Amino acid sequence: MNDAPKNPGPKNPGLKNPGPKNPGPMKPGPTNQAPNNQAPTSPAPNGGSQAPLAQRQILDAVAFDPKRFFLRWEWLLVVLLLAVNLINSNLSPNYLVWSNIMDAIRIYADKMILIFPMMMIILIGDIDISVASTMALSGVLMGVSHAAGLPMPLAMVLALLVGAICGTINGLILAKYQELAAMIVTLSTMIIYRGVASVILEDRAAGAFPDWFSHIGWGSLFGLPVILVFFFLETAVFIWVIHYTAYGRSLYALGNNAEAARYSGIDSKRVKVSLFAIMGVFASIAAIFLASKMGSVRPSMAKGYELDVIAMVVLGGVSTSGGQGRVIGVFIAAFIIGFLRYGLGLINVPSPTILVLIGCLLIVAASIPNLKNLLARRAKAVPQPSPSTKVTTSQADG
Amino acid sequence: MDAPVLEMMNVTKTFPGVKALDNVQFRLDHGQIHAIMGENGAGKSTFIKIITGVHAADSGQMLLNGQVVHFKNPNDAQKASIAAIYQHSTSYPHLSVAENIFIGHEQVSKFTGMIDWKAMYRRAEKLLAELDSHLNPRRPVGSLTVAERQIVEVAKAISTDSQIVIMDEPTASLSSRECEKLYQISEKLRDKGTSIIFISHRFEDMYRLADKVTVFRDGKYIGTWEVAAISEPDLIKAMVGREIERVYPQKSNQIGQELLRVEGLSKLGFFKKVNFSLRKGEILGFSGLVGSGRTDLMQCLAGVARADQGQVFLEGRKVSPKSCRQALKEGIGLLPEDRQGQGLILEWEIYKNVTLSELKKYQNKTVLNEKKERATAKKLGQRVSLKAPTVMDKVSSLSGGNQQKVVFCKLLNSELKVLILDEPTKGVDVGAKSQIYEIINDLAAQGYGVIFVSSDMPELLGVSDRIMAMHEGVITGEFLASEVTQEKLLLAIMNLG
Repeated sequence: MNDAPKNPGPKNPGLKNPGPKNPGPMKPGPTNQAPNNQAPTSPAPNGGSQAPLAQRQILDAVAFDPKRFFLRWEWLLVVLLLAVNLINSNLSPNYLVWSNIMDAIRIYADKMILIFPMMMIILIGDIDISVASTMALSGVLMGVSHAAGLPMPLAMVLALLVGAICGTINGLILAKYQELAAMIVTLSTMIIYRGVASVILEDRAAGAFPDWFSHIGWGSLFGLPVILVFFFLETAVFIWVIHYTAYGRSLYALGNNAEAARYSGIDSKRVKVSLFAIMGVFASIAAIFLASKMGSVRPSMAKGYELDVIAMVVLGGVSTSGGQGRVIGVFIAAFIIGFLRYGLGLINVPSPTILVLIGCLLIVAASIPNLKNLLARRAKAVPQPSPSTKVTTSQADG
Repeated sequence: MDAPVLEMMNVTKTFPGVKALDNVQFRLDHGQIHAIMGENGAGKSTFIKIITGVHAADSGQMLLNGQVVHFKNPNDAQKASIAAIYQHSTSYPHLSVAENIFIGHEQVSKFTGMIDWKAMYRRAEKLLAELDSHLNPRRPVGSLTVAERQIVEVAKAISTDSQIVIMDEPTASLSSRECEKLYQISEKLRDKGTSIIFISHRFEDMYRLADKVTVFRDGKYIGTWEVAAISEPDLIKAMVGREIERVYPQKSNQIGQELLRVEGLSKLGFFKKVNFSLRKGEILGFSGLVGSGRTDLMQCLAGVARADQGQVFLEGRKVSPKSCRQALKEGIGLLPEDRQGQGLILEWEIYKNVTLSELKKYQNKTVLNEKKERATAKKLGQRVSLKAPTVMDKVSSLSGGNQQKVVFCKLLNSELKVLILDEPTKGVDVGAKSQIYEIINDLAAQGYGVIFVSSDMPELLGVSDRIMAMHEGVITGEFLASEVTQEKLLLAIMNLG
């Protein structure tokens, strides 16, 4: 986990040092007790005298450690984001034009809406590749029901309902049949959901939405596209859910060690169903935005979205084996890929070429944690831990 | 007589925190069946793994036909014609009998470089016929009975003309008729000059089959005897041995009224009609060999698995937890046998592990109060004298004993009445063991009912108030710890008493 201990802040000055009264028990022999890759509080002299057990002190707060903080994955993403922008603005004079950027975001942001629910699913080690199909089905049903006379607000509610049902079906199948891989189950429903959409609408389009509906996709709020404002609000909500609630913590537990989580009383089935249901709801929200921008819906809408969404999540530092990653990383990664697409599009790079570039970026990003682990293992193989090897170990943590 | 087939001299192997083998000797002659006996954790499996190249010894020598050898991996051992048949068969259920026999050394046609299926099936049939078996080599192994699979494993071992065949508890899941067949096969192999190392808990296996027997205890070599020259009581004494110096706490627990009552609990294939009761403040030991169903019983009580039949009463009220969550809510907590796989999230900080099973308690409306989590972890950690610099340290950086203390903190964080401790001292060094005994004793003194499962008899006798013996899923004895000896207990768990 990347969670470095939070800075206790300047209000707790006493915590940095264990208190000068009993320095003895505080030094548990820095070298032999534990491979202390993080003992930032002990600038201790090597007087490794064994302290009596009963008096042992354990700290419950730790000073801010800049080394750990700045070695986080997210900083690399920030650098990458800046690099992308720097290169792009050199390549094209129109790049740093506010209205151009906002237009690009307007086009791109419906994918961004999907990244946090997808992140939660990947956190527990699963994946959902049926999102784009869920978008198509809920969008098509919204269009068809509106065309059949259902008032638009109700049609939108119907879309949300359809999304929730699609997601819940995924979740229920996975909860019921634990041995099935999420990849296979959602691959099947990916075909089914879009298939149903095609059965309903064949290759026609449904549209004729009321005028106000187009404002959802094209309108602005506080000078920003509505969809971007929604994305910011969504980010805030998911930071809260993923990093500050018991529910979020249980996702990390399931992703790290599902067996231990079960023994700790976490109900993985309930979590799974809820995650996929949330994913479905957000897929239908994205479908509403997309339909509003396009002015119509068709069964082929949003094709290939799942790949971009998963790419953003993985680039953001969420391990596909589960249990690792932070919202902020995914947030930045979404903008990296977004700006990359926008910039390359401006200088008329064909979109298949852009896809190739994004693929390369993803492979590089995915291999960096492995490189770090390799370095850490090398460092451990060195018999006597020297200060320099300690740095490498904490790099691996960061 | 020339050099022995295999000779092990002064072999030592240490795992983090435990000395698994300490200066062990062993000598295996041509055409000999040599039994190795010892309690759980005596070091038999480690010893076998060194012979088969799975582990490397820290020090000591291994001589094969008088030549010093060093195995770096299992392939080296295979090349040296050493084959092993493991307790849990390592077969591939979806592949055919022939494929399983020849896995890794398939019969390949010289001309095409492709697998010569006809020749392979023919040879498989021949090998099986040598073992008086008429299994169809085309059948998938998954469709065979356990005994038939065992025969396939033997065929696999002899397909490479092994000079040494190691059998690790081969009879554990066989009926007596199937055992007899395995005995005959083993004798046939011996008569052809193959040497066999035979590991078993069953005395009948050893007396029926082995020429010599070597006993290990606590990772140490105790002795080697001619089977005909040693009696069963003497052998048991050798296996149990003198008590090694270990400190058990002065008992301070007060036994109160009945807390937990189990009536006729059964789970097909695991345990049958189990009855027992646990009182408040009591430490109830559970003794049994591997495969006795102890762990499965405990998992059913803690909601991990579900029993088929029977009832459990907690403070007179019927409970039937369907999940760990419900069991915890009722007040039954389990310290699982596999600390690293089931008890902890190793890559997590200590405090997050401690609070994981009771996260709701740390929610301030909806937001987790990490400060409170850390303060609790600190408080509980000090209560069990956890040795760690901070509660933000990762559990993976702690020693085995301290990791176990984190699991104890986790249990203490819940409001429990019954604590089920499954092998709490497994993989923990001696010093930390005494501390864990002290923790257990303290908990009982505070009024918890404690179920203490252990394979280590001295500690079971030293810590428990009362001990249940289990053998193949059935309770075969109930003793007061103050009145029972290790010998008596061993007889009960082997169902010889």
